[in-house]
Amino acid sequence: MTTQGNIIKIAGPAVIARGIPGARMYDLVHVGHEGLLGEIIRLDGNTAFIQVYEDTSGLMIGEPIASTGAPLAVELGPGLLTGIFDGIQRPLASLRAQKGDFLARGAVTEALDRSRRWAFSPAATPGTQVGPGDVIGTVTEFGFEHRILVPPFSRGGEVTEIHAGEFTVDDVIGRLSDGTELRLMHRWPVRVPRPVARKRDPREPFISGQRIIDVLFPVAMGGAASIPGPFGSGKTVMQQTLAKWSNADVIIYVGCGERGNEMTHVLDEFPELEDPRTGRPLMERTVIIANTSNMPVAAREASVYTGITMAEYWRDQGYKVAVMADSTSRWAEAMREISSRLEEMPAEGGYPPYLSSRLAAFYERAGRAVCLGQPERDGSVTVVGAVSPPGGDLSEPVTQATLRITGTFWSLDAGLANRRHFPAIHWLRSYSLYTPLFREWYREHMPEDFETLRDRASALLQREAELQEIVQLVGPDALQDDQRLVIEVGKMLREDFLQQSSFSETDAHCPMDKACGMLRAILSFYDEAGASLNRGMPMDEILNLKQVEEVARLKEVPKDEFGAYIESWFEKLPEAFGAKAPAGGA
Amino acid sequence: MSLATKQYRSISYISGPLLFVEGARDLAYGAIVNIHMAEGGVRGGQVIEISEKNAVIQVFEETAGLDLARTSVSLREDVARIACSRDMIGRRFSGLGDPIDGLPPIIPEKRLPIIGTPINPVARQRPQEFIQTGISSIDGLNTLVRGQKLPIFSGAGLPHNEIAAQIARQAKVLGGGEEFSVVFAAMGITQREAAYFIEQFEATGALARSVVFLNLADDPAIERLMTPRMALTTAEFLAFDLDMQVLVILTDMTNYCEALREIGAAREEIPGRRGYPGYMYTDLAMIYERAGRVLGRKGSITQIPILTMPDDDITHPIPDLTGYITEGQIVLSRALHRNGVYPPINPLPSLSRLMNDGIGPNRTRADHANVKDQIFASYANGVDLRRLVAIIGEEALTDSDRLYLKFAEEFERHFLGQGETDRTIEETLAMGWRLLSGFPRGELKRVKQDHVNKYYGEQMEKIWEDRTTRI
Repeated sequence: MTTQGNIIKIAGPAVIARGIPGARMYDLVHVGHEGLLGEIIRLDGNTAFIQVYEDTSGLMIGEPIASTGAPLAVELGPGLLTGIFDGIQRPLASLRAQKGDFLARGAVTEALDRSRRWAFSPAATPGTQVGPGDVIGTVTEFGFEHRILVPPFSRGGEVTEIHAGEFTVDDVIGRLSDGTELRLMHRWPVRVPRPVARKRDPREPFISGQRIIDVLFPVAMGGAASIPGPFGSGKTVMQQTLAKWSNADVIIYVGCGERGNEMTHVLDEFPELEDPRTGRPLMERTVIIANTSNMPVAAREASVYTGITMAEYWRDQGYKVAVMADSTSRWAEAMREISSRLEEMPAEGGYPPYLSSRLAAFYERAGRAVCLGQPERDGSVTVVGAVSPPGGDLSEPVTQATLRITGTFWSLDAGLANRRHFPAIHWLRSYSLYTPLFREWYREHMPEDFETLRDRASALLQREAELQEIVQLVGPDALQDDQRLVIEVGKMLREDFLQQSSFSETDAHCPMDKACGMLRAILSFYDEAGASLNRGMPMDEILNLKQVEEVARLKEVPKDEFGAYIESWFEKLPEAFGAKAPAGGA
Repeated sequence: MSLATKQYRSISYISGPLLFVEGARDLAYGAIVNIHMAEGGVRGGQVIEISEKNAVIQVFEETAGLDLARTSVSLREDVARIACSRDMIGRRFSGLGDPIDGLPPIIPEKRLPIIGTPINPVARQRPQEFIQTGISSIDGLNTLVRGQKLPIFSGAGLPHNEIAAQIARQAKVLGGGEEFSVVFAAMGITQREAAYFIEQFEATGALARSVVFLNLADDPAIERLMTPRMALTTAEFLAFDLDMQVLVILTDMTNYCEALREIGAAREEIPGRRGYPGYMYTDLAMIYERAGRVLGRKGSITQIPILTMPDDDITHPIPDLTGYITEGQIVLSRALHRNGVYPPINPLPSLSRLMNDGIGPNRTRADHANVKDQIFASYANGVDLRRLVAIIGEEALTDSDRLYLKFAEEFERHFLGQGETDRTIEETLAMGWRLLSGFPRGELKRVKQDHVNKYYGEQMEKIWEDRTTRI
């Protein structure tokens, strides 16, 4: 049956067609003689509204539109890792091979390489009963055991045949009793969340190697975090840093409407960098979706769904996956642009009224879950979404809708960025709702006093900010010595602990134990200094101790030498203060 | 194209820059049309929406003098194109790409669609080559690299034109030797401003390697939508077909955005922030993202768009959306300008995102990143202290605070306020070290110890003296 209609109106990426038989919402269509890809986003009587993923210049009234009868779906199987795709999962390298250095329209490619062969070793035998999501075998992809699953949409049944050997993603590797053919790859519609057995509460922090995040504002493995900030406050560097150093197994990096040159930076750097945990190139655990700001707007809208669907696929295999979405505001703007072309009634800021429900639905696809199928396994999807509020104004709809859903809020601050305090996360405005969930994990993995140290540090920072206000009004002379000490230690915390350069070789990644050691050093200094002040040591003498400068250079102590270094530092600390008198009560 | 081009006469509606033609079914979306006026004379237009009932045409020039009864429309070209050739260098064109210097039209080597296609992200080459602009606050603190797009955020009455001209005059890649050219696109600037640029280019011999597109303040606003695209298509031809290093100066993007708003309002679109259309981000991205380098090709496009922030407001939609697309920004400060500092670039809100790729050993110098960080931190501290002094007086400050105040003062005088001089990167860094040496060594926490040992204080004096005697 041919399912063909005709174009009756064209306005930018929105095209209206009449008479597509069997048109269904969100089905993929081919538009015009060139077969541009599009998606049906509204049905009205005999007409269908289509958002086209490619530039529509040159289209004419009356050109044919054919439905593929299936929704926009991504291919999931071996070969995803190291891949670089556009917003609708077309591999950019093969687009380049086909159309040259500049993107042209109408390119048709397959997402996964059809010629590559993978060695498949079955885990199931003929006769076993399998259900949706069950692991039927594995393929080795770089360092990963890529688990091949019974597709979640299949009803399952008895395995009638299954073969070991070398297969392409498209070859039939086995069959079920109901005739279902099993392949290494299956397709999944991007707008439908993949099912899990059940969702679980996150209990483990997502370790990023960034002190301010790991210590003060952690996000859960399986949680969602938002990074709103004006331009130039370091959202993209933050996202890239997390993609590099975090302890997730697989990273899906969605460059949604961002800068081409910055994507190049990622593409250039990731293959060179080593995963600190496995020693293999970072690229081998990464999938990149690059839909830069000048690529078609509808594909930008689809790109975050493409990304999260791939993430769910890896989660279903039992891995910890992190999705970096940079930036969700561009995604929301794409929604707004298409909505306005459809002449929908706008809500706040011109965004469509369904903005917050779409955002919520997206972030809810994050989570820790018991995966569907046997053997039982745990997987998680962590989502870190950058938000680019216009003018840095956090009251705008995208930021507000995001804040209602995400559990961690890293508030980037232009003032901090201006003085090159990076990461420019504001310590007084940011928060994490996940910390209470990690108690048990901290007890197992961190020194006993970790939570006390953390709470003391944030109280000190708060106290410092209050005192700074007083200083602004009446000058530093009005302060008592113990208050001056709070200001000085607050400064140490800000500059020597919270600041971290992602361009420094030693400091780009800071393990938890080093972070904890640094924090303890600063707070011990505070305690000792406080005691010495009471014993009559002048403030200026305290500030001239060489320990102050040593604390400032702790960042640059390599992580494997840090333990020994800090131990001897602690030993010498009382001595530096103690010349005058033994600590009271000893 | 056949001679018997179809003429559409059923024009039903004209308003502002828009014209509606009925039954023009075989005009493609985005097509360029000729609009024939009753009295003779032809204007250009583009199809911006098309349905079974009618086609909406955006008229490039004025709609004054058009009528419903006798005006007709015919197809000129399937999409807007510009004729490109090496001979364009040294020539002057209107905002629509027609020669206006009295010389004959150029003979095209290629006719390229001005809409442009995005560079495939995997075909991009990472911009890493340092461009020395000779301006310390850019080279030292917010470095420009080849293939970058770095706008100048200015305000009415600030010397952005002088700075742009100075960059065009002084910009060089260390150890260069390639062909270099400037593409200059003016959108809605005054005759006087345009004359200033032309004069500057002429005086320095840059005109001979420039392509100039002029849409002046009294030219139709709608033409402004085409001007940057004409300029960038030319730049792409020069860079990627002829292997040239192209610097594109676009001024003033604020006028471009106003034109965009005008056309959006005429189409009765739902306006976004401050009446600007919701797709302004995408539209600007399609301009700015045309900067860059392509793997395996020698040429590059570096963009310096200039925009004036209405009421010096950096959160206004125009600078705001621009900042989200470009790789940083150079922000001019009215306070510095009033204090007689030229160029009045405020380094604190300025930023170059690609800086870290363009500096360091083999590019500039190993201590560059550290020096930059230290200067930023010290200057920011100094500026904060000024605020404090205004409230509580200088007596209340500690000795170390006074050092920071003095640093901020000298930094503005000597490092920023260099005037029209052309400084090498070594001179810029030496100046930085000379100022930083006013602090005790212990204060320089952002700088690695070896760099401090090498450049701090007396060693510095010596290097500085060597340099000044040599010059």
